[in-house]
Amino acid sequence: MSGAELSPWIALPAAALLIAGGLLSLVGALGLLRFNHFFARIHAPTMGNTLGAGCVLIASMLTSSAVAGRPVIHELLITVFLLLTSPVTTMLLMRAAVFRSESGRDQPGDTP
Amino acid sequence: MSRRPLLEGLLLAMWLIVNESLALHHWLLGTAFALGIAALVRALRPQIAHPRRLGVALRLSWHVLCDVVRSNLAVGRIILGTLRQQPKIGFLQIPLEMRDPHGLAMLAVIITATPGTVWAGHDPADNVLTLHVLDLQDEAAWLQTIKQRYERPLMEIFE
Repeated sequence: MSGAELSPWIALPAAALLIAGGLLSLVGALGLLRFNHFFARIHAPTMGNTLGAGCVLIASMLTSSAVAGRPVIHELLITVFLLLTSPVTTMLLMRAAVFRSESGRDQPGDTP
Repeated sequence: MSRRPLLEGLLLAMWLIVNESLALHHWLLGTAFALGIAALVRALRPQIAHPRRLGVALRLSWHVLCDVVRSNLAVGRIILGTLRQQPKIGFLQIPLEMRDPHGLAMLAVIITATPGTVWAGHDPADNVLTLHVLDLQDEAAWLQTIKQRYERPLMEIFE
C-alpha cells in the first residue's frame, strides 16, 4: 500500500504533527546557536527531545496504524526510552559544567 | 516483604509490543525473558521500589505532560526572543522533604525532561536540590511548582 491511499483524515493530522515536530526541533537547534552561555544552551535541545519527538512519534503511529490496518504502538517504546535516556545525559553534562565552573578552571559560558 | 512483579510485567509488555503478537509462544518467551532480566537486574540493584497509588501517578503524569507542552512553548518563545535579549539564567536552591531514592530519581527525570529546567545537583546531607532555570523570573513560583506539583505526589507514590 502506498502513501497516496491514506485517507485525508489520517494524512492531514499526521502532516500537521510532522510540521509541528520539525518546527519545535528547529527552534531547539536555533537555541543552541543563539544562546550565549552553556547553561542556557543546555535547555534548548530538550524541546526536540520531548514535544518535537512526541509529535513525530504520534504522526508515525497514525500513519503506520492506517497503512497496516491495525493499531501500531511500537512508538510508545521509543517515547519511554527517550524519556529514560535523554535526561540522564543532560544531567551528566550539567554536573560536569557545574563541577568545572566550581573548580574555577574556566568559565564554560565564555566560549560561544 | 511483599513484592509485586512490576519490572517483570513491564518487560513482558515490552516484549509483546516489540513482537506485535499476543500468541501463546510469545507470552511464554516473553515471560522467560522478563524473569531472567529481572533476576539479573536485581543482582545489580537490590533496592526495590514500591510504587503505590496508581491514581496519583496517573494524575502526576498528566500534569507533567501539560507542563512539558507549556514549557516547550515558553522556551521556544525565549529562543525566538534572543535577538532582543538573552534569558536570565540562574540556579535555585530548593529544600526537599522526600528521601526515597526512587522518588528523587523520578523528580530528576521530570525536572530535566521539562524544557527550561535542569537538575543541577543534590546534596544528600541536607537534602537540598540545586535547580538550573533558563528564565528565572519568579523564584517563588518555581519553588511552589517543584514542591506542590511534583514532590508531594512523588512522596505519596514512593514513601
